[in-house]
Amino acid sequence: MARDPDCNEIVEVVTAYLEGALGRRDRKAFERHVKKCGGCANYLEQIRITIETVGRVNEDDLPQDVRDNLVAAFRDWRAS
Amino acid sequence: MAPSDQDLLARVRDGDEAAFETLVERYHRPMLAVARAYVRGTAVAEEVVQDAWLGVLRGLDRFEERSSLKTWILRIVANTAMTRGAREARTVPFSALSTGDDEPAVDPDRFRGPEDPYPGHWLPGAAPSDWAQLPEDVLGARETFAVVTAAVSELPEAQRTVIALRDIHGYSSDEVCDALDVTAGNQRVLLHRARSHVRQALERHLDG
Repeated sequence: MARDPDCNEIVEVVTAYLEGALGRRDRKAFERHVKKCGGCANYLEQIRITIETVGRVNEDDLPQDVRDNLVAAFRDWRAS
Repeated sequence: MAPSDQDLLARVRDGDEAAFETLVERYHRPMLAVARAYVRGTAVAEEVVQDAWLGVLRGLDRFEERSSLKTWILRIVANTAMTRGAREARTVPFSALSTGDDEPAVDPDRFRGPEDPYPGHWLPGAAPSDWAQLPEDVLGARETFAVVTAAVSELPEAQRTVIALRDIHGYSSDEVCDALDVTAGNQRVLLHRARSHVRQALERHLDG
């Protein structure tokens, strides 16, 4: 990453930043940029909100026939 | 408090049916997410997961806890899915899957061009908006979740599997790399593309 990254670079390294995968120098440069750039600060916040929202998606309950089949398989296994 | 995997494992080995059902509740959906990276169609993925559970039961006595139960179970699904896919010539190893197209995280037209004094910076009016200012009920609305669900489901298989394991099921990057046999770098690229895509869908919905 450039010493002074532009906004279009920031949006491509945001995941690496959140994953803790940026080196110390790049992490500092990222943080310096976001501190003075409202658009990129909002972008980072949007990604955080995206992650949270994905995490709150309700998944359907497991269908009863799936459970029944697995329990039957478990009983077979136990009996063997 | 939810029982630990170790606890469940001991009880399942002793033939405790309720413990097995808890294990199913805990792992069935992540297993399905893994299977869907390798085989086409939900029905086939469901069959793969069923087979994988049989593999888990058969392997229980041999499982030596050198890896975590979680990683071990997910490897069984991946192997089951690959075997199945190879037989039907319908799949490729996960590591050979493309990480998806090179779609940028943000439309390049929103940035200043090379002739601008500030190239690569947000154009006036094109910068992301402040979602923290949105009323709480907008982000938590049913339509918002529908948008996110649709955006996740239209992702290429590998991206969908990684975002599901990381952001829906709460797996760590190491666990995903182990389960899918991908490098940390590849995992990160897949996650990045997936999250960027879902953010774009949310932005279209929220800022419409």
